[in-house]
Amino acid sequence: MAPVATPFFFYLLSGIMLIGGILVITRRNPVHSAVALIITLLAQASIYLMLYAPFVAGVQIILYAGGIMVLFLFVIMLVSIDRSIRERQFNSQWIAGIIAATALGGLFIAVYSKGKDIFPDRALSVAEGDNTQKIASMLYGQYMFAFEIASLLLLVAIIGAVVMAKKRI
Amino acid sequence: MESMLHITTLHYLVLGAALFLLGVIGVLTRRNVVIVLMSIELILNAVNLNLVAFSRLWGGLHGQIFAIFVITDAAAEAAVGLGILIAFFRNKETVNIDEVNLLKW
Repeated sequence: MAPVATPFFFYLLSGIMLIGGILVITRRNPVHSAVALIITLLAQASIYLMLYAPFVAGVQIILYAGGIMVLFLFVIMLVSIDRSIRERQFNSQWIAGIIAATALGGLFIAVYSKGKDIFPDRALSVAEGDNTQKIASMLYGQYMFAFEIASLLLLVAIIGAVVMAKKRI
Repeated sequence: MESMLHITTLHYLVLGAALFLLGVIGVLTRRNVVIVLMSIELILNAVNLNLVAFSRLWGGLHGQIFAIFVITDAAAEAAVGLGILIAFFRNKETVNIDEVNLLKW
């Protein structure tokens, strides 16, 4: 199936992502930041669909927007006190932070202007509808060791999070 | 102008770099710990976007699998980070990272 209106969707989704990102870092209320981050993650899942990665898009929606952000909202509900919304928003080293971020932005612009022509403009014809099967065969075949290590990591994270959040250990 | 109308890999990389920059600004300048953690998630998402864009460019699925592992890792890290935040909040009754200064010399 041929893609239609790709520039329109790309610019629309990237605009949503960038506006969502700006809202995440500038909102006073952490719940507003969390909702903006959910919108950013959903727009990013749509961009994954544009990049012919439907499995990663599904994982992003289910795990990231539906799991991690719900966890964030639970914790915001637990720790958010009304006093913190009325205090000032930016920490005591915000000037150094802005300088560092400007340096990073300058680095990105330098890399872009030097390396702009490196990437070939190929339109790959990847078979659609086959993505999940191929990811499964690679994940359980070639990347089996990393898969097991990731499950071990999740076990350690569960134990660590439970121990950290208990009242009495 | 028509080079901006044909979406290449570079467009996705620039978008990823912009998201990374927004995440870095959020980590370095905000005072609320929860928003710092959400900016870290923005950074991880920018990296994922780069990975999937390169996976599209070069054809193999290695970038997408790496992105799945990065999402798994982000879940584990968010859980532990929020657990630490809850413990910190229980001690100090604030979510202000300027108050995390016991190790200052």
